[in-house]
Amino acid sequence: MSNLHGKSMRKFWRTGEPCVWFTGAALSLTLLIAATLVAVVLVNGLGVFWPSRVALLELTDGSRLIGEVMRFEERPEGAGERLQLKIGNRDLYGLDFRWVNADEVARKSFPEEIVVLERSEHGNFYGYLRAVAAPGLDLPADLAPLEAFGRASVAVAERQRDIDALGARLAGLNSQLERLRLQLLKLEYRGRGGEDAAVLDIKRRRTVLKDDFEQLVARQGLMLAEQRQIRAEFEEAGGRVKEIALAEVVRLYQPNAMSVPAKAWFYLGKLKELLFAEPREANTEGGLFPAIFGTVILVFLMTLVTFPMGVIAAVYLREYAKEGLLVRIVRIAVNNLAGIPSIVYGIFGLGFFVYGVGGAIDQLFFPGRLPTPTFGTGGILWASLTLALLTVPVVIVATDEALGAIPGGVREGSLALGSTKFQTLMRILLPMASPGIMTGLILAMARAAGEVAPLMITGVVKLAPALPLDGTFPYLHLDRKFMHLGFHIYDIGFQSPNVEAAKPMVFVTTLLLVLIVLAMSSVAIRLRNKMKKRYTYSTF
Amino acid sequence: MTPKTSDIAITDPVIEADKLHFYYGSSEALHDINLRFPRKQVTALIGPSGCGKSTFLRCLNRMNDLIDNTQVVGSIRLNGTEVNSPNIDVIELRRRVGMVFQKSNPFPKTIFENVIYGLRIAGIKNKAVLEETCEKALRGSALWDEVKDRLHQSALGLSGGQMQRLCIARAIAVNPEVILMDEPCSALDPKSTARVEELISELRENYTIIIVTHNMQQAARVSDHTAFFFEGLLVEYGPTKQMFLKPKHKQTEDYITGRFG
Repeated sequence: MSNLHGKSMRKFWRTGEPCVWFTGAALSLTLLIAATLVAVVLVNGLGVFWPSRVALLELTDGSRLIGEVMRFEERPEGAGERLQLKIGNRDLYGLDFRWVNADEVARKSFPEEIVVLERSEHGNFYGYLRAVAAPGLDLPADLAPLEAFGRASVAVAERQRDIDALGARLAGLNSQLERLRLQLLKLEYRGRGGEDAAVLDIKRRRTVLKDDFEQLVARQGLMLAEQRQIRAEFEEAGGRVKEIALAEVVRLYQPNAMSVPAKAWFYLGKLKELLFAEPREANTEGGLFPAIFGTVILVFLMTLVTFPMGVIAAVYLREYAKEGLLVRIVRIAVNNLAGIPSIVYGIFGLGFFVYGVGGAIDQLFFPGRLPTPTFGTGGILWASLTLALLTVPVVIVATDEALGAIPGGVREGSLALGSTKFQTLMRILLPMASPGIMTGLILAMARAAGEVAPLMITGVVKLAPALPLDGTFPYLHLDRKFMHLGFHIYDIGFQSPNVEAAKPMVFVTTLLLVLIVLAMSSVAIRLRNKMKKRYTYSTF
Repeated sequence: MTPKTSDIAITDPVIEADKLHFYYGSSEALHDINLRFPRKQVTALIGPSGCGKSTFLRCLNRMNDLIDNTQVVGSIRLNGTEVNSPNIDVIELRRRVGMVFQKSNPFPKTIFENVIYGLRIAGIKNKAVLEETCEKALRGSALWDEVKDRLHQSALGLSGGQMQRLCIARAIAVNPEVILMDEPCSALDPKSTARVEELISELRENYTIIIVTHNMQQAARVSDHTAFFFEGLLVEYGPTKQMFLKPKHKQTEDYITGRFG
């Protein structure tokens, strides 16, 4: 009997059934971890912009607090629960968050008249709107404060547009002045003296422009001052009154009075702001547009370099180099290059591209501007070249393998018809290898979009004053510094002065980065599938 | 055993191999081969695996150049021109000596593009010429009626036999003088094999064909002359009928009758 049993056990192992379970379990575990990660990001990221209710807490000692309840937790000393309240009003309280012991709360309510104010400075304000003072707008005196606030903010927005237009003119003048300054520097560098006609001409033009500039600045100042006259009076929970200029207010809403569709509309508005607006408040509020744009441009520039470089190198390695020890060593080395820590590439990029190549370019082409570096400092060109270097092994390996997987018969067939090696390569081999090459490129892009370490020393900044691509000549500014979603996560999550307030933004940024990588890869994957259909070689 | 020169008198040969030796590295794969191929006839090369018949075939259009570390000694003349001379244009040679492989190898392109590939790489752009050549080549390889409605669909959708005939069409589209066939039917079913054999008989009107085969019956059916290779040596060469009925060498007889090989 036991013999029989032993036999059946052995048979059981031999069938491979346990092995199937093992492999299945390993796969599920991996998927579970990945799914958990995505779920955490989704849950925390998607909920950020949904306007949550604002509570009015009356405490047992008689004081009142207004704020969003963030979470509950067990008190450290084990005496009941406590809750975290986002009370905002940093200018009044000094802190955005406060812990309240649950047993100290006497009454909790959600009055509809509570307003939340998003401001361009000092974070949110929670309280009540009391009055609006708008000299020069002649609003009817009996108007409800909320209605008055609405009308006044429309007027403020209109004036803001005028001020912005003025600002644009100022920026134009400023860049003209800068150009004149550089011309002057160049002339001086060439040894032209102060009496030279060209120098005098530039100086004269500069004076005229400076006068214009100062006049405009004065006008802008006046307009701003007038703008700041339009103010509203708010009252915080404890009864203190605060006057806030409408120009500082980004958004005012009453979350407790909002219906679900209204909240959805608000949510969409916030999403739009996220995608298309500039960040504010040390990147913890506002949009991510410059970071999104910087990430996409960076990956795009990197692809422009890494794709041809990798494919050409792999073609030589597979098709032209004579198979032997040297080629084997090169292949192993390329494979190993993909395993070098990215910070090492960053340091190389800094030393070679930024200081070496960039420094040389400055010496040769922009000597007048020195010691201010033009290309001799981090910028999007150097960052994308560093990333290209980092990802080129991936493309080489993928292309090399794709070329190697093409049946030898096809090569011979083409050569036997009298084509040259080059014609065979261009007409037959590269098209056939293209799905494999695309796979490599997708991997390279995904890796590049997620890299942060090498960027930190080759040109990424927490706040870039201008985009690397814009409407002023020469449109693509390769020397500019840029923002990047990956760095943004690091910056707001770990370098922010107000970590608690920045937390939602970390999740949102992470979600966005994942989505962008997904979007770029799915475009590439679609392209690859199309190619695969056309070129996959199947024999009977 | 001494290598044999062909015993038959062949006047006006297309290809003459003279004292041909071939080396893979230091090992000699062909020993002193002397062979003359008659014009517009089918010659079959037979012999057991590894006897050097494919190597010999690939010498004729210098496909062996593609293999590293090989060496050819001796002479091969195509219409009197030395093929192994360094001055010869290999591209031109391969255009004149076409080749069909054991495993059909259509390119992942349309049927039309496959057939005219040789013309395209030669730089011919005239559409009328390309279309005319395509039709002629497909008719010549007895494929026209089957594919004329789907010339612009992928060649990878054809059946195995059709693919092989497409490869033949591709070879004859550049109008070569000689077509080399390296076991063209070994991967085909009997019906497709019959079609290809039929095609070979038709093609001999216009082309000189040299075919390597493992199939004795096939050699007997399609060829005018047969050469028997064994261990890198040419053992016997003569008219197919004579070879199969009255082989001069014991080895040939053994191989043909299936006693070894």
